[in-house]
Amino acid sequence: MADAHTAHSGESHGSVGSYLTGFVIAVLLTAAAFGVVMAHSFSPTGTIVAISVLAAVQVVVHLVFFLHMNGSSEQRWNVMAFAFTVMSVLILIGGTLFIMHDTAINMMSR
Amino acid sequence: MAHDMTADAAHAHDEHHESPVVFGFWLYLMTDCLIFGTLFAVFAVMRNQFAGGPTGKEIFELSGVGIETAILLVSSITYGFGMISAHQNKVSTMRMWLAVTFLLGLGFLFMEIREFSHMVAEGNGPDRSAFLSAFFTLVGTHGLHVTCGLLWMAVVMVQSMGKTVLSERMMNKLTCLSLFWHFLDIVWICVFTFVYLMSVI
Repeated sequence: MADAHTAHSGESHGSVGSYLTGFVIAVLLTAAAFGVVMAHSFSPTGTIVAISVLAAVQVVVHLVFFLHMNGSSEQRWNVMAFAFTVMSVLILIGGTLFIMHDTAINMMSR
Repeated sequence: MAHDMTADAAHAHDEHHESPVVFGFWLYLMTDCLIFGTLFAVFAVMRNQFAGGPTGKEIFELSGVGIETAILLVSSITYGFGMISAHQNKVSTMRMWLAVTFLLGLGFLFMEIREFSHMVAEGNGPDRSAFLSAFFTLVGTHGLHVTCGLLWMAVVMVQSMGKTVLSERMMNKLTCLSLFWHFLDIVWICVFTFVYLMSVI
């Protein structure tokens, strides 16, 4: 009985194993990001690209292993709301940077 | 025993359908995401407006940030273990993991407050430059969320005292708090990457 229940929990709420897997991946990605910056092994642009990619991957790892996001029908609306939010945030940040950069150039404030 | 089994089966069946409470909380988190998105946009615009004040490279200590990151990451997984115990109805084990998470969160907050007070004491407070205003607003908002999460955690721990079985309502609270806590860790990934690491390149 307890086993069946545990197995079920492992499926939709994560298990010790899945949490540990997520944790190890997250630690590696974090260490890589700090390492890349501290070692100065890439050019500034290369470093920015590298740590941005590492951060994006780590966000996905957290979503999958800690917030248990997946493609199941039960999660459809959660994922939909999340996708909409990501789109809004990207427009927000991208648009802000674009407009402010343009303003700075036209006002010759930089 | 037979009764236990049916109760357990019913419980397991209930868990299959996510509660609307949890979905509602998820929507709240999405709006919180927009708040942080806005603050990150502000920081991105202000990041080079030093007004003759110090740059990020001069005032950020990566070792401290690394420790804060490690604390928050460990606290994420300890809360996860707490949730696993909760799903198995091991209430005291769940409370033990929550207490560990609480202490880690407190440690994170302690380090952040110490960092902030050092900066203010050296005259690098939020009033020094646009860069520092944006920095304190963004990182401070995250710290405020962590504080709220800790208060919530304390309340849940007290409410679960003396209980041997967790009600559905209690499970919903624990699930929402777990989403909140893991969400804060995700925001912190963006903070240490785009605020701290990018400023010291």
